[in-house]
Amino acid sequence: MTRRARFGITMLAAALSLLPPAACGRGRDTEPARRYGLGRPATSAEIAARDIDVGADGQGLPAGSGTAAQGEVVFSQKCASCHGANGEGKLPAYPQLVGRDPIAEGFPFGKTPGLRRTIGNYWPYATTVFDYVRRAMPQSAPGSLSNDEVYALTAFLLAANRVIPVTSILDSASLTAVRMPYADRFVRDDRRGGRGVK
Amino acid sequence: MTDPIRLLGAPTSAVGARAAGVHPVRTPTGEITGGSLTPLQDLTGTITPADLHFERHHAGVPLIDPARHTLLVHGLVDRPLMLSLDDLKRFPQVTRVHFVECSGNGEPGWRAGIFGAPNPGLTPQQIAGLTGNSEWTGVPLRILLEEAGAKRDATWFLAEGGDACLLARSIPIQKARDDALVVWSQNGEPLRPEQGFPMRLLLPGWEGSTNVKWLRRLELGTRPWMTRWETATYTDPLADGTARQFAFEMDAKSLITSPAFPETITRGWWPLTGLAWSGRGRIARVEVSTDAGTTWQDAVLNLPVRSKAHTRFTHMWEWAGQETILLSRATDETGYVQPTRADLIRVRGAGTLYHWNPVYGWKVAANGRVFFHGAT
Repeated sequence: MTRRARFGITMLAAALSLLPPAACGRGRDTEPARRYGLGRPATSAEIAARDIDVGADGQGLPAGSGTAAQGEVVFSQKCASCHGANGEGKLPAYPQLVGRDPIAEGFPFGKTPGLRRTIGNYWPYATTVFDYVRRAMPQSAPGSLSNDEVYALTAFLLAANRVIPVTSILDSASLTAVRMPYADRFVRDDRRGGRGVK
Repeated sequence: MTDPIRLLGAPTSAVGARAAGVHPVRTPTGEITGGSLTPLQDLTGTITPADLHFERHHAGVPLIDPARHTLLVHGLVDRPLMLSLDDLKRFPQVTRVHFVECSGNGEPGWRAGIFGAPNPGLTPQQIAGLTGNSEWTGVPLRILLEEAGAKRDATWFLAEGGDACLLARSIPIQKARDDALVVWSQNGEPLRPEQGFPMRLLLPGWEGSTNVKWLRRLELGTRPWMTRWETATYTDPLADGTARQFAFEMDAKSLITSPAFPETITRGWWPLTGLAWSGRGRIARVEVSTDAGTTWQDAVLNLPVRSKAHTRFTHMWEWAGQETILLSRATDETGYVQPTRADLIRVRGAGTLYHWNPVYGWKVAANGRVFFHGAT
């Protein structure tokens, strides 16, 4: 390799190293990533206190259990005032939770405007019911339910939607095993821009 | 009123106020789990004043003490981190202009009314007010992930807010490598409470609900979590009996914001002006039609045209008093062209939810009154 060729490569490498990490126009508007030593290590207790998420694979489900019968009692005490005695909801503020209206069966939501989506006719994962109720409900006292109460409410809502038998007992294993009627209808986004409408 | 040049003016003040008689407002107000809309017809340029930026909350606006608020970064990382607001501000900062748009933006314009067509008495605010455009300042998320030592096998992360429903969304980690930010400032000042004070996630071009406000936790993992807000809601049912999930990017869209309902115009020259934006990059062109779609002309785009940001367009038009329909149609840098409402219904179905971006317009009556035209 000639000296001139080596010089060219060196200059090219130097020029490339100055390029911005992302497309930010002319010049660089971000610093390189490095460790700045800011913040502090999170303790395992701090992580455990916040790490409440439950995956569709059951990861994160806590110990505990509940039945639909127990859930019906909790629902009437803590949920029915907003969602109605039978989970019929008070629209638009409080969604309908229960309902397997024949018109809405078969997932015709794209074709037919105005159909009500419920846990039974729409939600793809049973674990989401547990995760959401534990996070957010009841609205007047979020985070106040015990894990057993959340299992019981999940059992009640799934049984009322005719997804599981009313005699079911839900715990981490049995909840993970529940398959929702329309889980296979959910598809990943295929829009990519460019010509055409999707 | 005394001639102002004959009267000593008012003194300086601690905080400025809008001029007398200028009262742009978000509507509706008083919703806890609903939204409020940006008054697009009252705004010029591209920056949305922070106090008029739309809101969409799922459990109200939390009251957060910034001195006690922390962001936890954990999961598939070498060093789980707890970051305060002060810590965050010591990282390298960037400032970027981007829109935020709720994926439910445009439902009143989309929905057929009782007469089978969208209601003609809709304003720009009601048609497209679930969007705002701001200058945001914060730290690139990739820098925070580097700080925590993100493991190579992490493919998704969960972003969780500190509101009363702990709103949580699963995000592909590639977005953190691309352009995601954790921001604490909007238009030069700390975030407003309803915009996520003291810190929020900003995912340029992606549907509003993924830009998690009041951010308190980022967990790195290997698959999406399937939270309520990516299953029961924010999924798009399609005509073929499926529902599109993780539909993050906002398709290109435009709307003429003036003239618009409920304005009345007179004969002569008028600037047609409006906003266009795309979640996939820059707006390449905006065409306008002043003859109900028979002919189209390129509108002038105000420079600079920024990526994933509102772009202001203008087109001068001389009205001769005839009845007509004014339309706008955006094309983004990927070559995507804003579709008609009929196109979208054909492809997605009339019952589809979210990501409505059809060409909309304004019907000008012979008497100069302007009405919403949604049936494109």
